[in-house]
Amino acid sequence: MGKFNEGKGKEMPAVSTASLPDIIFMLLFFFMVTTVLRENTLKVDVITPQATELTKLIHKTLVNTIHVGKPKENYQDVYGTAPMLQLGDKVSSPKDIPLFLENFRTKVPEKDKLRIISSLKVDGDVTMGILQDIKTKLRQSGQLKINYSAKTKEAK
Amino acid sequence: MLKKKGSKGRQSNEINAGSMADIAFLLLIFFLVTTQIAEDKGVLTTLPPWSDDEPDITKLNERNVYAVLVNANNELLVRNEPMSARDLRKNAKEFISNPENRPDYAEKPEKAIISLKNDRGTKYETYIEVLNELKGAYNELRNEMSERTHGKPYEFLDRADQKVIRNKIPLIISEAEPTAFGEEG
Repeated sequence: MGKFNEGKGKEMPAVSTASLPDIIFMLLFFFMVTTVLRENTLKVDVITPQATELTKLIHKTLVNTIHVGKPKENYQDVYGTAPMLQLGDKVSSPKDIPLFLENFRTKVPEKDKLRIISSLKVDGDVTMGILQDIKTKLRQSGQLKINYSAKTKEAK
Repeated sequence: MLKKKGSKGRQSNEINAGSMADIAFLLLIFFLVTTQIAEDKGVLTTLPPWSDDEPDITKLNERNVYAVLVNANNELLVRNEPMSARDLRKNAKEFISNPENRPDYAEKPEKAIISLKNDRGTKYETYIEVLNELKGAYNELRNEMSERTHGKPYEFLDRADQKVIRNKIPLIISEAEPTAFGEEG
């Protein structure tokens, strides 16, 4: 049987740190890949208003987003300057909402269907007219939980 | 002139890779700090279910209805009195809790109903401000009650206690069909 050598004759080799950068790089790439959540490019300008009584939306998979605002400058010759809404990556009108919600619902498990929240990201300068049309459509399609997206108001 | 030495005498030494880890760490921390995870927060509300016939508010006792009207010029009319949005929270709190038992304020918080009506030309910013103030009034009242009964803020209570308070001070906002006097755009 082989006997363990006593350390006397041999020098202890230092732990090689050569692979450490690779490990860290792996971490780095992991974070780079996971944190950059690609969102749809916005075709409408949205600056949400400020508010204080905010609720955080935790379950991201149960949230669908409706953007409302004036079309961006390079889209204005196509869509005009009146406020429009964006569903996914398409500029649409309130009548497209039921189909959009139906599409979203198919992706959500049955038991979570009642927990779906529609997040309305609306520009502060938009008037309530278009929002009323959206709300009517949401109510008609049974989507009652909504979230008016807003920024935290800084204390004066 | 110096002559280049041959490699024979010298040992070929490796590049020290020890600092690579530090550089990579620096990069990692840089990305961790600069990337912001887009978080979504806002004023959470529940819309009333759709029904084709108009809700009948004549049955309600008028003293329990806190009617807020916002016109196309973003001005507020609260229970037939003009008001600024800054005073709304305080006024709403007084109306709901009615500490002096005034005959024209809500009988009790359970019965109070907020009726919100706006114009199609009202700015969204104003609408959210009003909604925020009303929600704030309720949140403050719930907090005060929670402090009285449990000695800690509402958000630190467990779900059952929160529900009790929520049922005592329920937030009921009824939104009427908006008027269409103002200019849209």
